[in-house]
Amino acid sequence: MLHYYLIIVLAPLLAAVLAGLFGRQIGRVGAHTVTILGVGIAFVLSALVLYQLYWAGASPENLSVYTWAVTDGLRMEVGFLVDRLTALMMVVVTFVSLMVHVYTIGYMHDDPGYQRFFSFISLFTFAMLMLVMSNNFLQLFFGWEAVGLVSYLLIGFWFRKESAIFANLKAFLVNRVGDFGFILGISGVVLLTNSLDYAEVFGQAGTMAQQTIEVIPGTPWNAMTVVCILLFIGAMGKSAQAPLHVWLPDSMEGPTPISALIHAATMVTAGIFMVARMSPLYEYTETALAVVMTIGAITAFFMGLLGLVQNDIKRVVAYSTLSQLGYMTVALGASAYGAAIFHLMTHAFFKALLFLAAGSVIIAMHHEQDIRKMGGIRQYMPITYWTSLIGSLALIGFPGFSGFFSKDLLIEAVRESHWQGQGAVYWVAYLSVLLGVFVTALYSFRMFFLVFHGKERMDEETRSHLHETPWVVTLPLIMLAIPSVIIGWITVQPVLFGDFFGDAIVVTGKHDVLASMGAHWHGSLALVTHAVMTPVFWLAAAGVFTAWFLYLKRPDLPETIHGKFKGLYVLLDRKYYFDDLWIKGFAGGGRRLGQALWRFGDEIVIDGFIVNGTANSIGRLAAILRQLQSGYLYTYAFAMIIGLTMLLGWLIWLQ
Amino acid sequence: MIGLQHYLTLSAMLFVLAVVGIVINRRNLILLLMCIELMLLAVNFNFIAFSRHLGDDTGQVFVFFVLTVAAAEAAIGLAILVVLFRNRKSINVQELNTMKG
Amino acid sequence: MTLATHLLSALIWLPIAGSLVLFLIGDDGDAASARAAAMRWTALAVTIVTFILSLGLVAGFDAGTAAMQFVERSPWIETVGVDYYLGVDGLSVPLIVLTTLITPLVVVAGWDSIKLRPTQYFSAFLMLEGLMIGVFSALDGILFYVFWEFMLVPMFLIIGVWGGARRIYATIKFFLYTFLGSVLMLVAFIYLYGLVGSFDLLEFAKAPLALGAQQVIFLAFLAAFAVKVPMWPVHTWLPDAHVEAPTGGSVILAAIMLKMGGYGFVRLSLPIVPDGSAYFSTMMIVLSLIAVVYIGLVALVQKDMKKLIAYSSIGHMGFVTLGFFLLWHISGESGAVLGISGAMVQMISHGLISGAMFLCVGVLYDRMHSRQIPDYGGVANTMPVFAAFMVLFAMANAGLPGTSGFVGEFMVIIASFKASFWIAFFAATTLVLGAAYTLWMVKRVIYGEVGNERVAALEDLRRREFFVLGIFALLVLALGVWPAPLVDMMNATIEQLVQQVALGKL
Repeated sequence: MLHYYLIIVLAPLLAAVLAGLFGRQIGRVGAHTVTILGVGIAFVLSALVLYQLYWAGASPENLSVYTWAVTDGLRMEVGFLVDRLTALMMVVVTFVSLMVHVYTIGYMHDDPGYQRFFSFISLFTFAMLMLVMSNNFLQLFFGWEAVGLVSYLLIGFWFRKESAIFANLKAFLVNRVGDFGFILGISGVVLLTNSLDYAEVFGQAGTMAQQTIEVIPGTPWNAMTVVCILLFIGAMGKSAQAPLHVWLPDSMEGPTPISALIHAATMVTAGIFMVARMSPLYEYTETALAVVMTIGAITAFFMGLLGLVQNDIKRVVAYSTLSQLGYMTVALGASAYGAAIFHLMTHAFFKALLFLAAGSVIIAMHHEQDIRKMGGIRQYMPITYWTSLIGSLALIGFPGFSGFFSKDLLIEAVRESHWQGQGAVYWVAYLSVLLGVFVTALYSFRMFFLVFHGKERMDEETRSHLHETPWVVTLPLIMLAIPSVIIGWITVQPVLFGDFFGDAIVVTGKHDVLASMGAHWHGSLALVTHAVMTPVFWLAAAGVFTAWFLYLKRPDLPETIHGKFKGLYVLLDRKYYFDDLWIKGFAGGGRRLGQALWRFGDEIVIDGFIVNGTANSIGRLAAILRQLQSGYLYTYAFAMIIGLTMLLGWLIWLQ
Repeated sequence: MIGLQHYLTLSAMLFVLAVVGIVINRRNLILLLMCIELMLLAVNFNFIAFSRHLGDDTGQVFVFFVLTVAAAEAAIGLAILVVLFRNRKSINVQELNTMKG
Repeated sequence: MTLATHLLSALIWLPIAGSLVLFLIGDDGDAASARAAAMRWTALAVTIVTFILSLGLVAGFDAGTAAMQFVERSPWIETVGVDYYLGVDGLSVPLIVLTTLITPLVVVAGWDSIKLRPTQYFSAFLMLEGLMIGVFSALDGILFYVFWEFMLVPMFLIIGVWGGARRIYATIKFFLYTFLGSVLMLVAFIYLYGLVGSFDLLEFAKAPLALGAQQVIFLAFLAAFAVKVPMWPVHTWLPDAHVEAPTGGSVILAAIMLKMGGYGFVRLSLPIVPDGSAYFSTMMIVLSLIAVVYIGLVALVQKDMKKLIAYSSIGHMGFVTLGFFLLWHISGESGAVLGISGAMVQMISHGLISGAMFLCVGVLYDRMHSRQIPDYGGVANTMPVFAAFMVLFAMANAGLPGTSGFVGEFMVIIASFKASFWIAFFAATTLVLGAAYTLWMVKRVIYGEVGNERVAALEDLRRREFFVLGIFALLVLALGVWPAPLVDMMNATIEQLVQQVALGKL
């Protein structure tokens, strides 16, 4: 199978290199043909791999491709671990990527950087596949950083736009803060096991959990807890968990296809995937799981609230992504890794759909992104309208849609996770995900109503040009809408309750909430029919109703509410001041400190005082001494006599 | 009775006179040369006095050496002085500070 | 006497002979004349032949042993036991190849951008190349010292003659700084000679030494090597020297001359005074971490591109000294080799990356005659190919996996976590700081709207520049994707070194 895997990984890479280096020679058509071909091959083979693993009963494979370096008994290798978890991710990544490639033909039609764009998204596919297929921490880190690089390049794709190049620098640096923790976590793993290989590390998990690390001298902490929290810091960066979430909304400065592919469906879920992959480690440390749960809960609820005050169509979707990533993280914290990965998968489809639909609207509106200037678009763009509706319903978890299965069961899993010793953590997490459902429904349908229903608020010029987008744009919408509706129905049983992941995900005894839920499992249909009995359904319905009431029925009300709750509104509008903390606090502080160290440390103390100071004091000493050199004969004579007298005096004194 | 100490005292007085002459004389270079001669004479005095006192004639031989050297020195010194005067039109000590640092 | 037995001599003296030929023939002062062109081609031919010869070194090198290879030894000054003694092991071969690789690229890079006395310019680089190879292969203290000191002369001339406006200040500072340190190294050599009776560096390593003597000798070596590396706080000559040096000078300075300091630590300090090194290792680690954090912050606020890259060099070299001195702080059975390997890889990688970065700045400087970041902006609009190279090298400088910049940093961070969480913590800040200062510079220079009409008039890379940067890019990527050949070459030597050092002399 190694050849399959190599082709899956290298086909997009080769396509990226061709489109990137020889873009001028192969032209626009050549560029998108070759990249779509590359990603298409990867998708077909990935599907084949998944088929082999699940239906044909092939066993997971752990293969080494080549040895990167060996020194000091530490083998650093490049290799593939392909089990069902990996295969699922591969299919999701390559499918969404393929759809985005097709969509891009339409979206980037007039852009001068056409070939470059295709090259980058193919390169991204390569990097993401390397990440998910890795069998060791080194390659994981490579993929981790490589997707960060491509994200950097793509957010700043329109490099003339000041806001875009600010956003890409910010995204890269915030991710680097996460990677800072991540690489320390990897170093910790090497310290404890002297290996980078997953299989070896997981094999030693039991002994790892026995060891301690003294981060603060004198207080030994459980080594596994320290390592897992450090690794999770990396996940916080990549999966945009508070407080490292600040880069994701800004990343919307990039073209919409990459918002769908990178900043919604795949790259941002790398953190979720990583924690699930590391489940054999996380299972040993309830402290780390509690941290994961808390961070996820905070992100899920508070980032959702921010979606309520955004007016940029893409930013609303971005905040909903943040919130959904928070949901997945909470599930990880509840040891319901399967639920997190399941939500990751359904989310990849419907969120990519929502982004691409938003992009479709943006194309039709001639790159206007402010939802206050839209409205009533429904009649002009029927396909976009219906697919958006499907995406939104899936997002809020409307019974029957894919999001319903994943989110409902995720919340259920959190509710079941009583094993958490910390009562507060449990209640914070459970209430967050529950209330989050209302918030999600509210902002989703606020946007939906403002864009597609109500008064037409765009100018005459734009309205006259409004029409449905070409087929390369709508085809991916439809293709993504299909799984957004049905994927939940078919897969919920095997993925959550059918031991789909096998040994890929390890959950120990009392943590296994999914197993205890499985006891009450009566199939998809039963779940849908029972939906009306659950608070989740009513909260979502309340959210939709509120959105309808505020933005269609009484459009004057929101203004009044803003007026009433000025303080809260400002807090949300300034995004809880996190941007200020990072930009003014850390970036500004770093620059001021650097300036001070340079001006004071280097220029005044070292150069001024020590280096030139030495030279200057020698000069000053010489200036004093030269006073003795009067040039007059008699002073010299006098000096000689004094010297002679002193010498004689010394001689006499000696005797 | 005039003893060794009287000679030594005289010699010391001569020497100090010469030193004072060198230090406080700021005008004439010739005076400087003469003061140096005076110093040498003071030294000669000591040589003779000690020679007599110790009964060793070596000291008196040294006096001749010193006198010879002093004569040569005076000759060279005066020659330099003449050249200097020709060049600078002055033998004022105060103006001779080209060696100032 | 065949080439195979005298390969190292050939590597040293061929460029020096070429340098003398160029110097003696000279040119007619006209850079465009046929004579100057002939001289350029001669220089290039000499460097390329040297490079090919150095490949023979790699081909004939046996990575399985830590012993010195290609040894040449004959008496030189017999009365005081000074030998002409050359030899290489796994530590020196990569650095020699780096030298022979970078020099032809520097010659090509300066091809027609040097208008003033071009022949002498190339002559100085050839001289420098021979001397640097000499340093990396000398096994006799005096020979080492002679190469070490003589190297200053061509560098002094390169900065002083072809440098920028404040070149005299920079050269004097450079010269005094580095000279002051190395004299103390000579004193240490003479002291050791008194004990051993020869200047054989390998004998020095075997000589028993009391702790007190080791401490003093360590400090003497430190004075020489810390300045060269340069370590905080004796680093301030480097930004000045880089800013004033011509592009080729900066490349050689950053890519190879800084490595002399690191090489000195592994070749001399660690084996000759292991206990002295152990005694001062905490101090060395602290200084290295200061270099990483402090210098990273200082680099952030630089407005001069060359100064920024110079500061980033200091920070990256901090990783080298960190890797060397972790040895005594790792309690487990493994990690020390990892640290030193990582440091060595970091040296090679930094040679490539900083060289490439300085060449990039040189490309811009040749066109705009400015190194100030605010004078640029939106270069990607007019020089897209150049922008791609610049972003690649910037990413490598920020330590992105897949480029060579990552390899050494990764290994050193892992090794330092084995020593202590906090060492790793401060070392890992480079992930954030390195990315911040490099990419912020890229943002201001490369991205954005076209900054001014001078940027708008820029032309993209010429074929010659493309060729040079392309080679650097390939090497940076190759080393990042597959560092095994380099690491394997050094493993045996480093393992043996670690054993010897860990044993100590007391």
